[in-house]
Amino acid sequence: MKISLTVNGELRESEIEPRTLLVQYLRENLALTGTNIGCDTSSCGACSMHLNGEAVKSCTILAAQADGCNITTIEGLAKGGKMHPMQEAFMQNHGLQCGYCTPGMVMAAISLLEENANPTEDEVRVGLEGNLCRCTGYHNIIQSVLACAKGGN
Amino acid sequence: MLPAAFDYKRAGSAAEAISLVSEYGEDAKFLAGGHSLLPLMKLRLAAPSVLVDIGRLSDLSYIRDAGDHIAIGALTRHMDVEKSPVLAQHVPLLAHAAWHVGDPQVRHRGTIGGSIAHADPASDLPATTLALGATYVVQGASGTREIAAKDFYKGFLESALRPDEMLTEIRVPKMNGAGWSFQKFNRRAQDWAIVGVAAWRRGSESGVGLVNMGSTPVLASSVASAIASGASVADAAQKASNEAEPQSDLNATSDYRKHLASVLVRRALEEASR
Repeated sequence: MKISLTVNGELRESEIEPRTLLVQYLRENLALTGTNIGCDTSSCGACSMHLNGEAVKSCTILAAQADGCNITTIEGLAKGGKMHPMQEAFMQNHGLQCGYCTPGMVMAAISLLEENANPTEDEVRVGLEGNLCRCTGYHNIIQSVLACAKGGN
Repeated sequence: MLPAAFDYKRAGSAAEAISLVSEYGEDAKFLAGGHSLLPLMKLRLAAPSVLVDIGRLSDLSYIRDAGDHIAIGALTRHMDVEKSPVLAQHVPLLAHAAWHVGDPQVRHRGTIGGSIAHADPASDLPATTLALGATYVVQGASGTREIAAKDFYKGFLESALRPDEMLTEIRVPKMNGAGWSFQKFNRRAQDWAIVGVAAWRRGSESGVGLVNMGSTPVLASSVASAIASGASVADAAQKASNEAEPQSDLNATSDYRKHLASVLVRRALEEASR
């Protein structure tokens, strides 16, 4: 089947099999490998990206369901060679260790601040419940999100 | 992991969706948010040959005050149930229970209708709407009918829905100031409940739903009867452990679940009785 969607501001049209998962479509058809696949069962959040501006788990969405939608992945955040404030906050606060969960964490964190611009530490912890960090680097991840919120971004 | 191959059809209306499913018979499945069905398909526990995508039927996404009850369109997402001011005012137990579903990403996609039609005893919303005495409206090729929540759940992932019927609306009675509580016992933040309890109370009236206590969501009517006849919360809660025959699994034995049910029902009723 044919789908057409906007990915990081660019219109993409593709012929796909209906069973193609959104994450697989982005990684394999569009070569956007910044989004990782972790558990592949909608538990870990590594594959989080934005669908029409909201964080979703792209391992549990068909590419066909995203037909006509607006997708933003980790590759679409930096503008003009300048990191997104959330990426900058993760860098400044050492919000990562191995980095595998990071793209999903950043996408989920941006979505969280869209819905709650000034979260408490508890609200950040609960808001990121769908993202697992196997390095258990949560402390600095939470600090990164709080720093980004405090910076008014 | 990829699901087995299927044909994908996108419905432009409820009527078209029903006619597509009737055309393809039992091999066809409705796809709403996909957060119950797609995981099953990826694990090859389900392999429908046709998916009828109803996810774009935005006219089935609404939360309306309908006098004595709140009418919720089946395609209303968990996040919209959680954040609805109408539900916060009239059915706060349901809004709160929706917040317990999965995580924010899951709640951005999953729908209340999908969760109920999937009829998973471990899901939060089937037991919650059961406790609240909800009615489900379903539409099929031969018309529309209403099914009381207590008559809906027939077995593990089995409901009273016929293959060509689609759940379109959930009608939840207003709580009219009743006290309420939702207790979810799990090991990690986003897990399914090992046991969960949705409860409300207004004087001698009450409703208690149990999550993950058997092959279907359970309405603990013996607990409500005990409260109605003046039993203490502690005594009424004891009845919960005899309401169901829960399964044993990696998380808990059947006996442990029965114990947990009475403890959580007591906590829930204490909170709802304040």
